[in-house]
Amino acid sequence: MATDPQALLEIRGLTKSFPGVKALQGVDFTVRRGEVHALMGENGAGKSTLIKVLTGVYPRDSGTVRLDGTEIRPDSPKAAEAVGISTVYQEVNLIPHLSVAENICLGRQPTRLGMIRWRAMARRAEAAMARLGLRVDVTRPLSSCSIAIQQMVAIARALDVSAKLLILDEPTSSLDENEVEELFSVIRKLRGEGLGVVIVTHFLDQVYAISDRITVLRDGGLVGEYETARLPRMELVSRMIGKELSQVPPTQSGDVAGKSSTREPFVELKQCGRRGSIAPMDLSIGKGEIVGLAGLLGSGRTETARLIFGIDKIQTGEMRVEGKPAEYRSPSEAIRAGFAFTPENRKSDGIIPHLSIRENIMLALQARHGVAKAISRKQQDEIVEKFIQLLGISTPGPEQLVMNLSGGNQQKVLLARWLATQPRLLILDEPTRGIDVGAKAEILKLMQSLGRDGMSILFISSELEEVVRYSERVVVLRDRAKVGELAGAQINEEAIMHTIAGGASE
Amino acid sequence: MNSVVTAPAPAPIKSERFQKREIRWWSSLLWPMAGLGLLLLFNLIFTQGFFHIEIRDGHLYGVLIDILNHGSEVMLLSLGMTVVIATAGVDLSVGAVMAIAGAVAAQLINRAGVPFPVVIGASLGLAVVAGCWNGLLVAAFDVQPIVATLILMVAGRGVAQLITGGQIITFNDARLSFIGNGSVLGLPFPVWLSFGMLGLTALVTRKTAIGLFIESVGDNQTASTYSGVRAGRIKFLVYAFAGLCSGLAGLVACSNIKCADANHAGLFLELDAILAVVIGGTSLMGGRFYLAGAIVGALFIQTLTTTMYMQNVSADIAPVPKALAVLIVCLLQSPVFRRKVMAPFRRKRA
Repeated sequence: MATDPQALLEIRGLTKSFPGVKALQGVDFTVRRGEVHALMGENGAGKSTLIKVLTGVYPRDSGTVRLDGTEIRPDSPKAAEAVGISTVYQEVNLIPHLSVAENICLGRQPTRLGMIRWRAMARRAEAAMARLGLRVDVTRPLSSCSIAIQQMVAIARALDVSAKLLILDEPTSSLDENEVEELFSVIRKLRGEGLGVVIVTHFLDQVYAISDRITVLRDGGLVGEYETARLPRMELVSRMIGKELSQVPPTQSGDVAGKSSTREPFVELKQCGRRGSIAPMDLSIGKGEIVGLAGLLGSGRTETARLIFGIDKIQTGEMRVEGKPAEYRSPSEAIRAGFAFTPENRKSDGIIPHLSIRENIMLALQARHGVAKAISRKQQDEIVEKFIQLLGISTPGPEQLVMNLSGGNQQKVLLARWLATQPRLLILDEPTRGIDVGAKAEILKLMQSLGRDGMSILFISSELEEVVRYSERVVVLRDRAKVGELAGAQINEEAIMHTIAGGASE
Repeated sequence: MNSVVTAPAPAPIKSERFQKREIRWWSSLLWPMAGLGLLLLFNLIFTQGFFHIEIRDGHLYGVLIDILNHGSEVMLLSLGMTVVIATAGVDLSVGAVMAIAGAVAAQLINRAGVPFPVVIGASLGLAVVAGCWNGLLVAAFDVQPIVATLILMVAGRGVAQLITGGQIITFNDARLSFIGNGSVLGLPFPVWLSFGMLGLTALVTRKTAIGLFIESVGDNQTASTYSGVRAGRIKFLVYAFAGLCSGLAGLVACSNIKCADANHAGLFLELDAILAVVIGGTSLMGGRFYLAGAIVGALFIQTLTTTMYMQNVSADIAPVPKALAVLIVCLLQSPVFRRKVMAPFRRKRA
């Protein structure tokens, strides 16, 4: 086992399984002193498991973790902090109503005879913030600071203990551009002090702006470790998605804005956007058209769906339905207009777990009918029976609880819920994630035939293959903005990857 | 703590037939009924005259009738509480709202020239307004239910005091007294009222879609909203309904003793009502609700109280055996507990 003399953190052969899943299989990961290391991967790649093992949230099954040459085995985040691994999570884990100083020193306040030494605490907090090059009134309540400052306070808190390795999990997701720059200058400063920094982010631009090295994980395995400067974006994307690039010259991309579709548009977004969610974008979905929405995790695919379906309010621009301006303030209003949406996270946002298949299927249609006009049990049974047959939901009966079904069957129940309302626009957010191959094929086939019958479909998927095969047009998103649109013959996996990577390969 | 981790027992593979079994409303009544049955059995053996019922002047008399009668306040409260809890909420203010309703009724009935329907209407109306206030806080402003209703739980008694002017107001009106003391076809009127409300509530929740919406919002609010259910409206409605139920219970309470006592009417009854709902099988996490179960739960609590009384358990220590009995019922309901208790037997068989 070769040891890198510069290595601060060395992970070798790390394996971690959960019942039924191998979350990490023999992963190596090395972070050097004074480097910023980006940890990249799509959903289910194993990034968060790796971090959780590292910070003592999960015990590891096998493998070695060395920090500064000594084997460590933290069994709690506190123990990890004690050996020098500090983590700042995406959601700022601080207490808004306490002062900046209290937040930084919480749990390790300087005391005398059990009394807090406020002056000493303030001095310590000021010193911690000064280390980041910031001068802040530390007696201010944290809630009065900007999100960026709060993020810095979280970092300052993490650094207050003598940290050697700082892990930043999606630190920039709630920051605007200037704030990101501010954060990066702090990270650079820390790098200069010899700290190792691990950053997890979905923003490709930021990876290239700040990181020295990149480690890519996929499906719980290590794909490789690269120097950022030597890894073209295109390759990073292909490594993350798991599509090897053939030697074919890259398809022309960049100015591939779709040819005007011959279809009559059903829904049109005109520069629709929302601050902190998705940059203003154009999007049109024709009648009976399947439009694919491609992009990496966190690129704004779900945010687009939420905007259209009335979950989030459109702040800029205008949405038109059949040429008429439409503004939906809630899903309930969008549904009345004939919209339907199967969310990405089936368990938390889709199914009603303790209710029966029948009730789950009837919910949207009944909600559209209103409280008073109850659909008779006889009618319900007919509708439910029809969809169980049509979609091939395998269940002993319609009164079975939805939580007992497999993922694929739950997804079919959700589809049935919407098909029962006879929607005109169906938004499918990752409809094939986490379901078995057979059900996957059935759902995709169904989608295709629905399109043929005239239903407009917005198809969101991380599986480029699926997007390419089933979409008439593909809209590509990167870093919460639309970056391209492909139509007809232009649609292939490579072109999509090129667009995701940002046109020209660097 | 020892670090030896015992692997969770593999979930028993459910047979096809078991899965097919439809979950019927009565199957949820099994455990609360078992608890009530045990209690009645205890009384059959140890309490003399517990089951004795006689007819005097066309009225039924007996311990069982008393239990039904005295249990009616908690029964009424538990109906409203059930639908509130089904939305993953809770209403702590029901006792205080009872006091408000009683205070309004007593004040108005003593005023000459106020027609009786107006007295009842104003009393129940104010109770519904109180419920709407809770609903507004929870649904529109997203205040946590326990906090939102705590406000009225504390302030409500103050409101009742304002209405009564800090006095205990007695009244002598045959019509108002009838609500708590009258009897129809031999049975006390509060019993008719409670079971009538049970029937009405069951009818409304199951014959319209409101029951489905309540359960879906309680089980998964996000998914329900995404399916077009207006979660806010549903929540508002259940608190308003809980207000109505509290109003009815408040009328029964003040009518019973022919006076309005702002300090003591319905005191701590919110706890009994919550307990009744939980015994009845509705989860505090929201979702499926069981109205009949809550009624059985309320009767269980009342039977327990009466049993203590008849066994000459001193009122000071009565809460202890009462708590034990409730604990047993709750454990019986817990699938985890049942599995753990049954586990040794199952292993032997295997």
